[in-house]
This record gives sequence, structure tokens and C-alpha cells, in this order.
Amino acid sequence: MNWYGIRAIYKFEMARTWRTLMQSIASPVLSTSLYFIVFGAAIGSRMGDIDGVSYGAFIIPGLIMLSLLSESISNASFGIFFPKFSGTIYEVLSAPVSAFEVVAGYVGAAATKSIILGLLILVTARFFVDYEIVHPFWMLGFLVLTALTFSMFGFIIGIWADDFQKLQVIPLMVVTPLTFLGGAFYSINMLPELWQKITLFNPVVYLISGFRWAFYGVSDVNVGISLGMTLLFLLLCMTGIWWIFRTGYRIKT
Amino acid sequence: MEPIISVKGLGKTYAGGFTALKNVDLDIQRGEIFALLGPNGAGKTTLISIVCGIVNPTSGSVIANGYDIQRDYRLVRSEIGLVPQELATDAFESVWATVNFSRGLFGKAPNPAYIEKLLRQLSLWEKRDSKIMALSGGMKRRVMIAKALSHEPKILFLDEPTAGVDVELRQDMWEMVRELRESGVTIILTTHYIEEAEEMADRVGVINHGEVILVEDKRTLMQKMGEKELSLHLPEPLDKVPEILADLPLTLSADGSQLVYRFDIKSSDTGITEFLRRLNEANIDFRDLHTRESSLEEIFVGLVRGKHAESEQQLTKEAQE
Repeated sequence: MNWYGIRAIYKFEMARTWRTLMQSIASPVLSTSLYFIVFGAAIGSRMGDIDGVSYGAFIIPGLIMLSLLSESISNASFGIFFPKFSGTIYEVLSAPVSAFEVVAGYVGAAATKSIILGLLILVTARFFVDYEIVHPFWMLGFLVLTALTFSMFGFIIGIWADDFQKLQVIPLMVVTPLTFLGGAFYSINMLPELWQKITLFNPVVYLISGFRWAFYGVSDVNVGISLGMTLLFLLLCMTGIWWIFRTGYRIKT
Repeated sequence: MEPIISVKGLGKTYAGGFTALKNVDLDIQRGEIFALLGPNGAGKTTLISIVCGIVNPTSGSVIANGYDIQRDYRLVRSEIGLVPQELATDAFESVWATVNFSRGLFGKAPNPAYIEKLLRQLSLWEKRDSKIMALSGGMKRRVMIAKALSHEPKILFLDEPTAGVDVELRQDMWEMVRELRESGVTIILTTHYIEEAEEMADRVGVINHGEVILVEDKRTLMQKMGEKELSLHLPEPLDKVPEILADLPLTLSADGSQLVYRFDIKSSDTGITEFLRRLNEANIDFRDLHTRESSLEEIFVGLVRGKHAESEQQLTKEAQE
């Protein structure tokens, strides 16, 4: 195992984070705070409790997920896309690092950054609403698992994208809508019956539901199914990455 | 002695159908400077990209430092440094960070003393905290060399090292390449500048259209292929080559002040004595004389053209049959 290699990539990626602190940490925290003010405090004060949880507290898990998904994807995809774009990827390709080590470095750094961000949002939320965490261990578990999974997903997008537009299109056109429709701001039980069924095809529903269960002990779908779906998606992403390195797709000619 | 790199039957056809390498065999000896010479698009970069792991070969195998480049890629790559042709650097990193990154990536424990020595050698020490994007093109090239040497490789590939490089850096680079060879590093450089191969290399390989046409010790190559010229500067210009010299391989310069005699250094009788005797007979004086060997460039052009003509002849012959 080339530990120095993993550490080099990880450190390089984290250095990029500290360099772009405003963009990578401050801006997501600010925008989430705005959600808390608008939905949590202003509108939420006129809404009833959902499953015995105040609306302001109810949206916390969903909002963290929203940032976690989009930041994991954008971090990891940009992290691998940029060396491809600038040509510096030659060095990683010619280095004695295995596919696993490359992914560990890039995905590990992207996930670390998302986890830090998620925890920061959690702390920020405290300034606006009261909440408690029933299953802190599971909360962290879902946080780490989701960050890893979506950082891998981002890594795949970064490999697939051959221009900046493609880099943006999946997060903007697919992931953000799915998160908004995935019960970040409402319980899916509030939907008409037909839409409840349709919503179950949205994978993000399971992530948010499981995460919310860890907070409040209540969920839209069984937490076991949530965990299963999260692990399934992780497995799919790992398979995708394995295939990319086996075939050299878009990285080697 | 066992070659440090042994290329066998290497072929590469890109997805678009372009064949960059055709069944290439090549051995690089330990500790030598080997120049891979060829026009643009000949397959030089593809060849070294395969050895370095950036491009997958279509066929054939490469053994480097005793290990298969694909099966034992870790062992192979940790001993290889590559300076690619394109200037590809991170923009926002500092020089110090990027060179240390490279060392870590290649699996070596940090060694600040060595990196300092390397940066000083490449005149980069003063710039160690500068962001790479703030550096000039020549400085960026130095950074890429520092990155390639950061893990103390045994084999160094320099792909077109002096393309677009100022004279000072070129001199520094050649100096450094010589020092590296002294320390036992094997150096493979690709170039289409003949002077570079001529000045630097111990051996020269000529590649064209994806085929290695010839591999030869540089001196042998120049001796073997070389033609020599004997130029005479005349105090009184001539209108034409005098009758008495007409059967000799002579050319007269346009202004008639220089008479050039061509001879083959391989042949036992160069004919110089005869030429000088007849000059004396014809009462032609000369002010100065000098001889010149043909450069590698002339040899190279001759080879590439010759091969081309050969294959055309082959085609014509095949067409006739």
C-alpha cells in the first residue's frame, strides 16, 4: 500500500479546500442559514409539528443532506476533473498508486470536507432552532456513509465529464430536484397517495428519511430499508469506479 | 549487461484507428543517455507514455528495471520520472508544495533536505513559496523537472525537454542531465532537434511512422553514415570547375570563391591526395581549407527520406506485380 501516495493526494485536495474557504465552507453555511431563517423561523412558526417535531427542527436533517449531497458531488467531481482538464493527471497516472489509493485520496478528501460542512451546518442550526439527536451514532454513520457514497458518485461524474457544463449538469438537473422532492422540507406522508408511491422511486427519500430517523426516531420509510438503499448506492458507485479503472475509461487512451 | 528497459513487439493503435507504434523493439542500456529522434507524430511520445503507464499498449511488452510495466507497475513506476512535453502544472500550489506532493505520490517518505538541494540545483529555491501560475514558462519547466526528480528515480524520461526553452535553461538542463548520468541515472530524451541528440546522447534511435528505423551508437552512426566535406577558400574566384577536375565530386559556390570536395570517410581511398595533386597541376591556389563531418541532421534526413523512398519503391513494385 502506497500510504505516502494516498496522503499526498489527500493533503493536496484538502489544501484546495482551505484555499477556497469562502466558497467551500462559508457559502454553503450561509445559504443553509437562509433556509433556516425563511423556512424554519418565518414560515415554520406558522406550521404545525410533523410527527411531533417542530417544523424548524424537522427540516434540519433534510437541509444537511441537501448540502452534503451537492458538496460531496461538486468537491469530488471537480477534484478529479481539474487534473484531467489541466493535464496534470499525467502524474497520477504515471505514479505507483493503485486505483484504490487514487480513490481513497480524492474521495476521502471530498468526503472529509462534506462531513465537516455537515457538522458545521448542524452547529449553525442550533442558533435558529432547538433540536435533539436520538441516535447520535447512527446520525454520524449516515453522515459518513452518504458523504462517501456521493463523493464517489462525484468522482465518477468528474471522470465522465469532458467539459465544465457536464460537470454541473448532473448536480443541478438531477440531484438538486431529487433532494427537494425527496422530503427535505416535508414528510412524504403529506403527499397525495399516488405521489407517495412515485416518490419511493427517488433514492434521496431513503437518505433523508434514515437521517431524520437518527435525529428524531421517526421516519417516512423503515430505517432498515434506508440503510439498505444507502449501502446499495455505495456499492453501485464502487462498481462504477472499479469499472472505470479496469477499462481506463476517459483517463487512459 | 542486462538492459534497463527492454521493449518487445510494442504496438499501439488508438481508438480512432491511428496506428502510432508498429511492433517496436528497443533496448535501453543502464546508465546511458538515449535520444529518441524523429519528426512530429513519429510515435516518440506514445512510446514513452506506454513505458510510464499513461497509455495502454495494444500489443507487446515492456520490461523496466527487471519488472513488467503492467504487472509490477508499482516497482517499475517508483523508479521512473517523467517530464512531459506539455507544460501541465497546478496553478495555485506553491513550488514547494507541488514538488513534495510528487515525492509523496511516488511513495517516498518526505525528505526536505533532498527537495531543497533539488530546488537549489534548478534555481528554484528563491521561488519555493511562489504560486506556480506566477512563474514564467521557463520556470514552470524547471518545476516539472523538479517534480520528475522529486522521488530520486533511476530512469528519467524527458519528452522534448527543450521545446520552447530559452538558451540559459537549455544549458542548465544539459548540465543537469550530464550530472544525473554521472550519478547513474539512465536518461531517455525525445527530440526532433538533432543538435540535442548530437550534443547529449550516447546512443541514438531514429523513429518514424511508428517504427524504430535504426538504433546506433552516436559516434558509430555518424561515422557509418557520415560524409565529409573539404572546403577550399580561393583567393581568386573561378567561373566554373576547371576541366582537369571535372571528374571529381566537386561543387563550386555561387560566387566562385569556394570549392567543396565531398568524400566518404568510410572508404579506404578518400581521393584527397589526388584532388590536391591536380589542384597543384592546375595552378589553383587556396587561402584556407577546412573539413566538416555531416551532422546528425543530414544523416537523419537521409534516413527518413531513404526509408520513405524504399517503401514507395516497394509499393510501385507491388503495384506492377
